[in-house]
Amino acid sequence: MKKKIKPMTKKSFITYGLVLIAFVAVEILISTGNISSMLKGLLVPICVYSILAVSLNLTVGILGELSLGQAGFMCIGAYSSAIFSNMVKETITEPMIRFPLAILVGGIFAALFGIIIGIPVLRLRGDYLAIVTLAFGEIIKNVFAALYIGYDSAGLHISLKSQGDLGLAPDGKMIINGALGISGTPNDSTFEIAAVILFITLIIAYNFVNSRTGRAVMSIRDNRIAAESVGLNITKYKLMTFALTAFLAGVAGVLYSHNFYSLQASKFDYNLSILVLVFVVLGGIGNIRGSVIAAIILTMLPELLRSINNYRMLMYAIVLIVMMICTSNETIRSFFVRNIEKFKGLFKKNKAQSDVVKEGE
Amino acid sequence: MAFLETLINGISLGSIYAVIALGYTLVYGIAKMLNFAHGDVIMVGGYAVFTAMVTWNWSPWLAMLFAIVVCTLLGITIEKVAYKPLRKASSLSVLITAIGVSYFLQNMALLIFKEKPKVFTSVVNIPKISLFDGKVVIKGETTAAIITSVVIVVALSIFINHTQKGRAMLAVSEDKDAAQLMGINVNSTISLTFAIGSGLAAVAGMLLCSSYPTLTNTTGAMPGIKAFVAAVFGGIGSIPGAMIGGILIGVIEILGRAYISPQLADAIVFAVLILVLMIKPTGILGKKINEKV
Amino acid sequence: MKLAKKIMALSLAAVMAGSCLTACGDSSKADGKGGDENTLVIGGSGPLTGDAAQYGVGVKNAAQLAVDEINDAGGVNGVKFKLVFEDDEADKGDKAVNAYNALKDKGMQVMLGTVTTGSCLAVIDKTKQDNVFQITPSASAQDVIKNDNTFQICFTDPNQGKASADYIAQNNIAKKIAVIYDSSDAYSSGIFNTFKSEASEKGLEIVAEQSFTSDSKTDFSAQITAAKNADAELLFLPIYYQQASLILAQCKSAGFAPKFFGCDGLDGILDVDNFDKSLAEGVMLLTPFAADASDDATQKFVKAYKEKYNNETPNQFAADAYDGIKIIAKLVEKEGIKGNMSTSDICDKLKKAISSDDFSYDGLTGVNMKWGADGAVSKNPKAVVIKDGAYSALDK
Repeated sequence: MKKKIKPMTKKSFITYGLVLIAFVAVEILISTGNISSMLKGLLVPICVYSILAVSLNLTVGILGELSLGQAGFMCIGAYSSAIFSNMVKETITEPMIRFPLAILVGGIFAALFGIIIGIPVLRLRGDYLAIVTLAFGEIIKNVFAALYIGYDSAGLHISLKSQGDLGLAPDGKMIINGALGISGTPNDSTFEIAAVILFITLIIAYNFVNSRTGRAVMSIRDNRIAAESVGLNITKYKLMTFALTAFLAGVAGVLYSHNFYSLQASKFDYNLSILVLVFVVLGGIGNIRGSVIAAIILTMLPELLRSINNYRMLMYAIVLIVMMICTSNETIRSFFVRNIEKFKGLFKKNKAQSDVVKEGE
Repeated sequence: MAFLETLINGISLGSIYAVIALGYTLVYGIAKMLNFAHGDVIMVGGYAVFTAMVTWNWSPWLAMLFAIVVCTLLGITIEKVAYKPLRKASSLSVLITAIGVSYFLQNMALLIFKEKPKVFTSVVNIPKISLFDGKVVIKGETTAAIITSVVIVVALSIFINHTQKGRAMLAVSEDKDAAQLMGINVNSTISLTFAIGSGLAAVAGMLLCSSYPTLTNTTGAMPGIKAFVAAVFGGIGSIPGAMIGGILIGVIEILGRAYISPQLADAIVFAVLILVLMIKPTGILGKKINEKV
Repeated sequence: MKLAKKIMALSLAAVMAGSCLTACGDSSKADGKGGDENTLVIGGSGPLTGDAAQYGVGVKNAAQLAVDEINDAGGVNGVKFKLVFEDDEADKGDKAVNAYNALKDKGMQVMLGTVTTGSCLAVIDKTKQDNVFQITPSASAQDVIKNDNTFQICFTDPNQGKASADYIAQNNIAKKIAVIYDSSDAYSSGIFNTFKSEASEKGLEIVAEQSFTSDSKTDFSAQITAAKNADAELLFLPIYYQQASLILAQCKSAGFAPKFFGCDGLDGILDVDNFDKSLAEGVMLLTPFAADASDDATQKFVKAYKEKYNNETPNQFAADAYDGIKIIAKLVEKEGIKGNMSTSDICDKLKKAISSDDFSYDGLTGVNMKWGADGAVSKNPKAVVIKDGAYSALDK
């Protein structure tokens, strides 16, 4: 008797392996100096968007609810950690201590907001839930964009009107300068740290899906009433998932804010949430590996299209539409599958059939 | 007096949101998809009027007709090329495709009309009304927006409830498969919905650009989102709901900006939306969803 | 049935990996060591798509015009310029840095950019790290020039706010002032903050302080109503011209006719397609550049620009960019820069040269422009008034 590995475990290990291989490959490219500045600059954002995509996939794929407010959680993570790092950067000079703390601060704040927002939001369904998450995301963005915080010898000053309204003493320092946001955040994000966090995110995601909680959440997704009737506490499980995804999005925000000198709230608008949703849908709803791959491809695509100048974003739009139609249209999909089967059959006649069955989900 | 004027400004903005929201709600109700590209069809409508009136020197009426034709054709094309192949796919796939279409339209407009903003010539030729010795002024555009939105709501309601095509739309919105079995051509009904929705977008584009006469390739994006919010606010799928939602969103936005904080006006709009949905989870006039056990 | 999807993803990934490698292949200059002796690569970055595209395109066009003029004249000491320009979408984070990195991969040795303040803030620390000489045509926030390798051609925002308040007070234009500004924009709120403090010092009264954000920049009825009810004599508009053109139109239809005063962002208002110029009659603005100024340099530039670019009128961004390239050329000439010098050496030489006492430049956007080591420019703003659909100088 052959010992059987659970398909889910196998799947997760393939993903870990792929990420590891990609990481090593990039490290080799960096150390041999064969990497373009463009690609090097993209490494941290790719990790950030991958983490975001995985976290949103937990909401959309596992919890089965459409959320359009992921950018809001990212915003909270980014702002809270940037404030933290700016306050302590003189006292804690060692980035290896400061940055993990910042990640925790950002993640926990985002998770807290996830719970606060989740309580009312999760009572709603479908498109109404989607629009309320979008609304919360926009509120978070608007409030941060209107927020002025500074401190001087007299303490903390907060205003929602203007910089002048703070009445800061001449020795005072601005922390958040309204729409100008926060500047001076130490650049603690490195590709290595970002990759490690992406790896941890994947471990969390896969284990969550395979855990008792994860299975309970999926049963709620598939049939809420049946799940309720066997005594599952729906609100609790939904909130847990929501808080977890908010935490991960917050962590992505921390990586983001510590990768740039300045941080402005307008970055975290609904377009960003939608972009992350595109990653999730294109990568396959519920497919964690797919989310990462889609995030990598779609983050790089507009940059690689730079050579066609003015037609760049137009091309991006066309690719997006074509990819969506090719992967979701029944006729085209079955055409692909048929041909791949034939193609595979040329090499290994016997295995082809079983492989296709296994791939199908 | 200032309050009255602000209120009128809000209703003016709200009626435009209402016309846009009608397009959203119609398409959502029948095709069950969020057409994120709707806002960009508005922008195309604006450019169509602009080209006809300013570049070709057509009369406003002819230009309006031209824009409606352009947008209707565009709507049907988009539906055929981008959405129809996905009829059986999940609604999320269609949503993403709609986002792709939205990017496509924006960037196409950028290439054709270039990046400099155009100033729109108002198509409205209604004199302004002065009340209380000129202390309160109602612009011609405001009158036009309010009248147009009311006319459209009434016309749409009559069309949907009292014509055969309209009732076919209702049937498709209730149950696509059953409608098909009853001999209704679902595909052509959905195409018709898109045609009407896009025609409305052209009208909305004219009203929007007449009131706020600047035209760039992203003109439709933000009003589109706000109108989407308005459609949900009123209960998505409901035609009178879209009207009420649109007007309320416009009024709240303007009052919030005038009396609370301009920076937070949008946040206030969204906060009110959340509150309403907490109390009435399917919007003001939304249907109650019955759960099947 | 995820197979099809996988095949798509794999083939795309393969294409990308391929294009990445080729990108690596020709990035011989990306290490900053310099390349061909007689070519200097100037990198520009600005929004070519999205909301702010008009500014980026203006800068790109004018920079190209200046580069062509220099090259047609045989280059600077035999060194020809090559302009590479990337789209940053006016993004405030990763996309701005991506554009910068793309420029690096194309061998940029001197940077003209970025166009918008938000993008500029995202890249200044990167240019500092790489020690690239950076001169921005139009990113005007104070924070932009915090590093010693970054210089501005436009005024720093606080200077404009102060100059505007001073001008209004000195010439007794009005006492009761209303302001409408864009609180989500660094440029606009930057001007407003200093305007406000300077105004109170000069005894001007700000009777209405209204703002808007980039999410709601079409309807100004609430702000105009507030200004009208506060009986403002003058409406100060430290904003860009598209919104200003809307505000002018909405003021007219609301029956509100104060004096209007703006900053350099208003330049371009007369060239908006189909704009009713009578709306702008009497608008005063402080701007370093006016497209129909009568001096030779401006006229020559505007003519050349129109010929090259489809009869478009250049705006102030374009003029700043044109000056930027010419300033770089003058510095390159003075220091004898060659294309094979390393980026870092070029930067050290140029930043010393630009802030030295004997360097000054007469251009489209100012005469006797000089720079301090802090990176800010000193030049005099010109006050102009719109009369009969054209700018004319306001005498002091």
